[in-house]
Amino acid sequence: MKVKKLMISAAEKLDDKPEPLLKVTDLKTWFPVKRGFFSKTADHVRAVDGVCLRIYRGETLGLVGESGCGKTTLGRTLLGLEKSNGGKAFFDKIPLHELKRHEMNRLRERIQVIFQDPLSSLNPRMTVIDIVTEGLVQFKKIEGSRKEHAVRLLKEVGLVADSIYRFPHEFSGGQRQRISIARAISLRPEFIICDEAVSALDVSIQAQVINLLISLQQRYQLSYLFISHDLSVVSNIADRIAVMYLGQIVESGTTLDIIHNPLHPYTKALIAAVPVPGKSRSRRIPLKGEIPSASSPPPGCRFHTRCPEVLKICSQKAPVRGTIDGREVLCHLFSHA
Amino acid sequence: MTQNNTADFNSNALMDTTARNKEAVSSELCESGNRLLTVRDLTVSFSTDDGTFKAADRVSFHVEKGENVGLVGESGCGKSVTALSIPRLIPSPPGNIESGEIWFDGNDIMAMASEQLQDIRGRAISMIFQEPLSALSPLHRIGRQMLEALLLHQDMPKKEAWRFAEQWLSKVGIPDATDRMFAYPFQLSGGMQQRVMIAMALMLEPNLIIADEPTTALDVTTQAQVFELIKAMKKKHTSMLLITHDMGVVWEMCERILVMYASQIVESGSREDIFSNPKHPYTIGLLEAIPKLTGGRTELKDIPGQVPSPFDYPKGCHFEKRCAFSMEKCITEPPPFYECGNGHRAACFLLADSSG
Repeated sequence: MKVKKLMISAAEKLDDKPEPLLKVTDLKTWFPVKRGFFSKTADHVRAVDGVCLRIYRGETLGLVGESGCGKTTLGRTLLGLEKSNGGKAFFDKIPLHELKRHEMNRLRERIQVIFQDPLSSLNPRMTVIDIVTEGLVQFKKIEGSRKEHAVRLLKEVGLVADSIYRFPHEFSGGQRQRISIARAISLRPEFIICDEAVSALDVSIQAQVINLLISLQQRYQLSYLFISHDLSVVSNIADRIAVMYLGQIVESGTTLDIIHNPLHPYTKALIAAVPVPGKSRSRRIPLKGEIPSASSPPPGCRFHTRCPEVLKICSQKAPVRGTIDGREVLCHLFSHA
Repeated sequence: MTQNNTADFNSNALMDTTARNKEAVSSELCESGNRLLTVRDLTVSFSTDDGTFKAADRVSFHVEKGENVGLVGESGCGKSVTALSIPRLIPSPPGNIESGEIWFDGNDIMAMASEQLQDIRGRAISMIFQEPLSALSPLHRIGRQMLEALLLHQDMPKKEAWRFAEQWLSKVGIPDATDRMFAYPFQLSGGMQQRVMIAMALMLEPNLIIADEPTTALDVTTQAQVFELIKAMKKKHTSMLLITHDMGVVWEMCERILVMYASQIVESGSREDIFSNPKHPYTIGLLEAIPKLTGGRTELKDIPGQVPSPFDYPKGCHFEKRCAFSMEKCITEPPPFYECGNGHRAACFLLADSSG
């Protein structure tokens, strides 16, 4: 009980914080589906459909969800790699949704990204020295030699200095991801979007990279949006977690709240589905069926087709976001609480 | 069944003779009528442009009838190669089973002709692969592919086989099985494709299912569904060899676990022994490196360094360079297996004193 009280006060404290670094309200990213003669737009895939979230300075927000739920599209929209169809996103009061391309490019100094597959996100024809200092050159921030900067950056991510003249293919998966991280921190950004940044790595290497990300965050007061399908990984790195289902955030709250006391039936099912060594499986909540198509999401609550606690109202009316115990839940079970 | 044949197995000069004797004794001891699969000293090498490397190095293990055995390890450790060697599916060239014995239900797989192997594959030993889309033919409808397996192995009229396949599709939870028989694999979702693979693997009631990362490409909720399905569908006497990198998955599905590192098995034992009393430093490190679903930031204990390249494995213990307890002996000599009781064994010199 006492613990819970403490957690609530921690959540309240977060709400008291003056201004979030990133504030997203009702963000929408739809992809047109073209069909037939003249390729008329027949439909839309609502990849991101009304997402609200906040990220504070120095904080990690974990974004979890199954494949196809729109978590990557959300990240790409924030980076300006996809165009939003509605809603607002403010980064340090700068309206990301209104930025022109060259303005967005200037902002890359402050917002960086680490992708899942470093082999396809690192240019195979560039040497490491060129990769990690490209941003510095672009923003004319080179003082001294390029080599000095490269060696310093590699040292920060735990790579040896003599690898600067090598190519990405000469490294192992974990080392490549370290190069991606070196590139991402080269401009001293405030905010890094990690899109499945450790998902392709083996457990022992994954732990190394997670620890590296945490230590860099502490050193540079970084904020992360940590996108992953792996709840265990997210629970180890995130301060708060947002759970996404079919383009919407269904629940968000502190990591401890979400993991130990999930409210939304989808969050519950997601946590119960993670196999945990040492625990028996009696608490499993089997989730029937699969994630519906994002081009024709079910009416009412989008989760009602698979929900074990479905009510009559769920198929008729979309739930309203409610705040309970310091977290936000999108579910009829809690909308009147 | 195998005692007479071990004699004419040409023993590898590289091998530690004491380790080999110990192993022969121990496998005789636990040899019973219940043994389905015995793999002994399996060494598989691959020749590439850069040279030859061993993908599996003196791998020995066994599977009892009805037992679920998990083979865990990180990518590139040789677990898939080991699994593919059992039904002799290693493409040659570049692959080559250099030495070793594979005994399946009293039959010597290494001595089998290709017709015999074809008879065993799919009927007695079936496989579920990681990516159903690349394991299924993209050009043929689901029904036709299922029919192929049935007609090949079972004396069944075509119509009856079709009905039988259709029943299995609905058994594995595919809605509208009648229509889905005419679907192409790409028309199904990943979870549904994997269900088709499971139906194909189970419908002939094999003695052994080899599942190579069957749920790695799937979401957690789908993964949970697939495992429930395998558990429910699998006949009691059917054994399973589950290959995975996910420790949570082996805990859930397997009674016995084999841990593999850099082409060798380093530890094996019951699920409880491996998780609560791991002996090999690699297993200990691996278990500590797994992110736990606890919430709250905890620094993960990682294993420093990287897996050695298979082209230059160390002479002694393969884990030596990353091991916190490395001794001089570890650099020069490969460690033999030490018994820790209850069939739990690990290849590490640290156990030399305790096991006696």
